[in-house]
Amino acid sequence: MSVLVYTESENGKFKKTAFEAASYAKAVADQLGTSVTAIAINNSNTSDLGNYGVDKVLNVSNSELDKFNAKSYASAIKQAAEKEGSKVVILSQTADSKYLAPILAVNLDAGYASNVVETPSNTAPFTVKRTAFTNKAFNNTEIKTDVKIVGLSNNSFGLKENSASATTEDFSPSIPSSGVNVESVDKASDKVSIADAEVVVSAGRGLKGPENWGMIEELADVLGAATACSKPVSDLGWRPHDEHVGQTGKPVASNLYIAIGISGAIQHLAGINASKVKVVVNTDPEAPFFKAADYGIVGDAFEVVPQLIEKLKAFKAANA
Amino acid sequence: MKILVCISHVPDTTSKINFTENDTKFDTNGVQYVINPNDEFGLTRAMWFKEKQGASVDVVNVGGAETEPTLRKALAIGADNAIRVNTEAKDGFQVAKELSKVVKDGGYDLVIAGRESIDYNGGMVPGMLAEMTDANFVTNCISLEIDGTNAKAVREIDGGKETVSTSLPLVIGGQKGLVEESDLRIPNMRGIMMARKKPLTVLEASNPETETTSVSFEKPAPKGSVKLVDADNIDELINLLHNEAKVI
Repeated sequence: MSVLVYTESENGKFKKTAFEAASYAKAVADQLGTSVTAIAINNSNTSDLGNYGVDKVLNVSNSELDKFNAKSYASAIKQAAEKEGSKVVILSQTADSKYLAPILAVNLDAGYASNVVETPSNTAPFTVKRTAFTNKAFNNTEIKTDVKIVGLSNNSFGLKENSASATTEDFSPSIPSSGVNVESVDKASDKVSIADAEVVVSAGRGLKGPENWGMIEELADVLGAATACSKPVSDLGWRPHDEHVGQTGKPVASNLYIAIGISGAIQHLAGINASKVKVVVNTDPEAPFFKAADYGIVGDAFEVVPQLIEKLKAFKAANA
Repeated sequence: MKILVCISHVPDTTSKINFTENDTKFDTNGVQYVINPNDEFGLTRAMWFKEKQGASVDVVNVGGAETEPTLRKALAIGADNAIRVNTEAKDGFQVAKELSKVVKDGGYDLVIAGRESIDYNGGMVPGMLAEMTDANFVTNCISLEIDGTNAKAVREIDGGKETVSTSLPLVIGGQKGLVEESDLRIPNMRGIMMARKKPLTVLEASNPETETTSVSFEKPAPKGSVKLVDADNIDELINLLHNEAKVI
């Protein structure tokens, strides 16, 4: 009956979203008066999960699962849910978890609500709040099936420490063959990804040309931030497509989003709306972004950004 | 190769989002509808297969008669046949279930849907459909090549991309990258005229039970106004971000 949470790993270590999903699972388990079981796949040290309220870890070690495969991973999670008799399964909303969620839903005959931002407002009927219309609205959704899958929006719940001593149990699900095989993974290991970033520095056409992105990268570097861009910038080929954030690009739900020279088209704002604090720098005081931002500077990016870099470096040095 | 492209009928990206009937229904008043952008990239890639490799391209929507102009637009872009499953789309599971019947009956080799619709953002129809039809599945797909029954696809992952090999039958959750924005086609007059004569088949729905119910909608709380900081006073911005917002 325990709440099952899939705690995602990368290179043998938990992702931050795993701890957030575990924290959320603990809150849901408290509502339901039950315990939390986590399933971890090829993770070398699962004991940290106890800090976030997990009571038991089903630890899967299987070389067939070294590379992510949606069907195989969904099958492992399904078997864990059945073993535990779980009625609620919690996933984060990383690219991989979003990929496996609908497969898992069909296999468990479970209703699935994605992009959920809060703990259930009610557990019978089981009702959750999720974002819809690309962050322009919320949708309260009831999941009616016996088994329910909740996809927790990244960075919406945060980490909640909740000391428990998690027991670990080896778990060996049978892995079905899959018709999808990973050939290669291309991932810049030295760059923060937009999905994982706590701070995102984003720039738009106000930068005038791709040659001017050096200062944006430097600013991101000082803040440990990911870089992003507006749609016109990616359409013009100034920046790679995978940096495009907005309604048809990547969603952003960072703690801090800094927009440099981005006017703030409705589609852009929709995509970044889930970020907690927004800062805009733009020469045009009428730019729509000023209506969506928390802090704004009316000024020229070419004057403001270099100053910001200098001052932030001094701030970081003083607060190190 | 028989290709089916799933078309969601969604509010234009510039639409103002409002609700009616005690915030239980989306307010369609004054809203322009378009092909879901993620689906349009897939449709354009399907047209490429049709023209370069030889394929038939059908489009399908689960929805009421009001979605037909969106299907006609897909026909004007170049799809051969349109299918509408005549029922209101209520949740991802129900839509996937209706589509699985169309896919099985039509014997499609490749199904391309968008990774998610830009209205309900469920992101579940392609994956559920793949599982229901025993097809391989790749989502967040930014590149797709087909050679006989073999496929090579690139999937966007957090912070990078992954190249996979797979085979037909295959369901794709597509997005920008399958083709570029500049490759998207605006229907020309000839396409629009021809689309009027192309078959649009209306199928009766099988009406499976839904698994979820939309209870109500809410709009985000209105935001407080922006705090403006003077361009010469960057220290103040850093102070606010550190002490007030507590994000650095």
